[in-house]
Amino acid sequence: MAKLIAKLDDVTMRYGDRVILENCSLDIVEGAITCIIGLSGAGKSTILRLLDALRKPDSGHVYVKERDICHLPESELVAMRSEIGFAFQFAALLDSLSVGENVALALREHSSLTNAEIGRRALDTLESVGLAHAYDLLPSELSGGMLKRAGFARAVVTNPDLVLFDEPTTGLDPIVTHLLTDIIKRLREQLNATAVVISHDLHSIYRMADYVAMLFEGAIIEYGSVREIRRSANPIVQQFLQGSEVGPIPL
Amino acid sequence: MKMLEDVGRKTNDFLEYAGGIALLGAETAGSIVRLRIRVGETVNQCYLLGVQSISIVLLTALFTGMVFSLESAEQAVQFGIGSLVGGAVAYTSVRELGPMLSAVVVAGRVGAAIAAEIGSMVVTEQVEALQSLGLSPTRFLVVPRLLALVLMLPLLAIVADVVSVYGGMWIAQSYAHISNDVFISSARQAIGFSDVIKGLLKSLVFAVIIAMVGSYQGLTTRGGAAGVGKSTTGAVVLSIILIFITNFVLSYLLYGTS
Repeated sequence: MAKLIAKLDDVTMRYGDRVILENCSLDIVEGAITCIIGLSGAGKSTILRLLDALRKPDSGHVYVKERDICHLPESELVAMRSEIGFAFQFAALLDSLSVGENVALALREHSSLTNAEIGRRALDTLESVGLAHAYDLLPSELSGGMLKRAGFARAVVTNPDLVLFDEPTTGLDPIVTHLLTDIIKRLREQLNATAVVISHDLHSIYRMADYVAMLFEGAIIEYGSVREIRRSANPIVQQFLQGSEVGPIPL
Repeated sequence: MKMLEDVGRKTNDFLEYAGGIALLGAETAGSIVRLRIRVGETVNQCYLLGVQSISIVLLTALFTGMVFSLESAEQAVQFGIGSLVGGAVAYTSVRELGPMLSAVVVAGRVGAAIAAEIGSMVVTEQVEALQSLGLSPTRFLVVPRLLALVLMLPLLAIVADVVSVYGGMWIAQSYAHISNDVFISSARQAIGFSDVIKGLLKSLVFAVIIAMVGSYQGLTTRGGAAGVGKSTTGAVVLSIILIFITNFVLSYLLYGTS
């Protein structure tokens, strides 16, 4: 049986009166790329935030490395988050800092490296996503694809064990999408890390995913390898994969 | 029944808000006590929030001192007490106008800027990004702004005091022919060192109000650009109201019982 690095166990989560996740359980296999698919607003990004303890569930448990992170004190959460990278949907780089400073920020705050070492490591990480030349630029000077790559660099600069990617290819042209998919695969291999990716881009998912989970109406309704998902007998999964208007998914 | 519901909801909102600010204040104080301070960013904020507010504070204080002198000097001369105008202007400026005016002006300029900047960071997920990097938004964003305001607002109040008195002196001389020597002598008799210190104490409290309200409004921003606008307006309105209320309470405590 595959070893798990993280796990959602019977999680229920509400925003006000709206139920986002209901008795949702999901296994994240160590060393694998797990892609989460589902309709817009289904709660996929909420799952990533739960895994990084940026949100707490109303009920249920979230485990990362066998620790229930829902009840960890803030000091332990800080330590835990340094083992998790989070690449946000719109990169969320701090716009008052240069790209290099953004990437170096976590190292500057949490490591005992010298300034020179931090700068070198930030530059190396930016180079790994093809952005070494953007070290001194401000986020406002980057294109959408470059922002995403800078966000990737910031997420992985601390060599985390688990990297969370929130819609890494949304809104990008096919060439950049292809490039970013390759970067995710390469980063996973270089870091020997686990990746959880939220995406609507099926082509990209088929290229990189080891496991795919489909979220629908607050719960994971299908989970398996790409081949298993594509052959799923579940009509909801099939309608989603085919992008069909006809089927059990209410429009 | 509906009225009771409304009262209940508003009370709940108020308590939630007050509790939120108190928690943020406690967290901020904790960071400062543990010396978890970003010195470079604090210096940067001193420039942005303090130095860049000098001109607007200067202008406001100058014209307020001038108008106060204009209104009082002529009548004072008519009643034969022109020699007291300097004291009246200095007394009012140091105790009330300097700290209050500088705080209100800074609340309008800086309180709005703090709420807008942090609010924009919330809606663009930058605050969540900080948390995901294991950084405390309070330490990263709130502490430098609070320290900068606590350092700079009293200095701005001193600038306002001085400029307001000089503006008043200029008008007293040119409009009511009260000599500068008489004006200054009267001012010296009217105010003491303790008045200056009490005025600065007020400024310190106002600085905390502006920084905490602006930061809290920013951090609780919801709903995109419209939410940022709402937070910004809320920060300015609430800061100014709290400054007026606190000013009354502090004046009563510092001067009213003596």
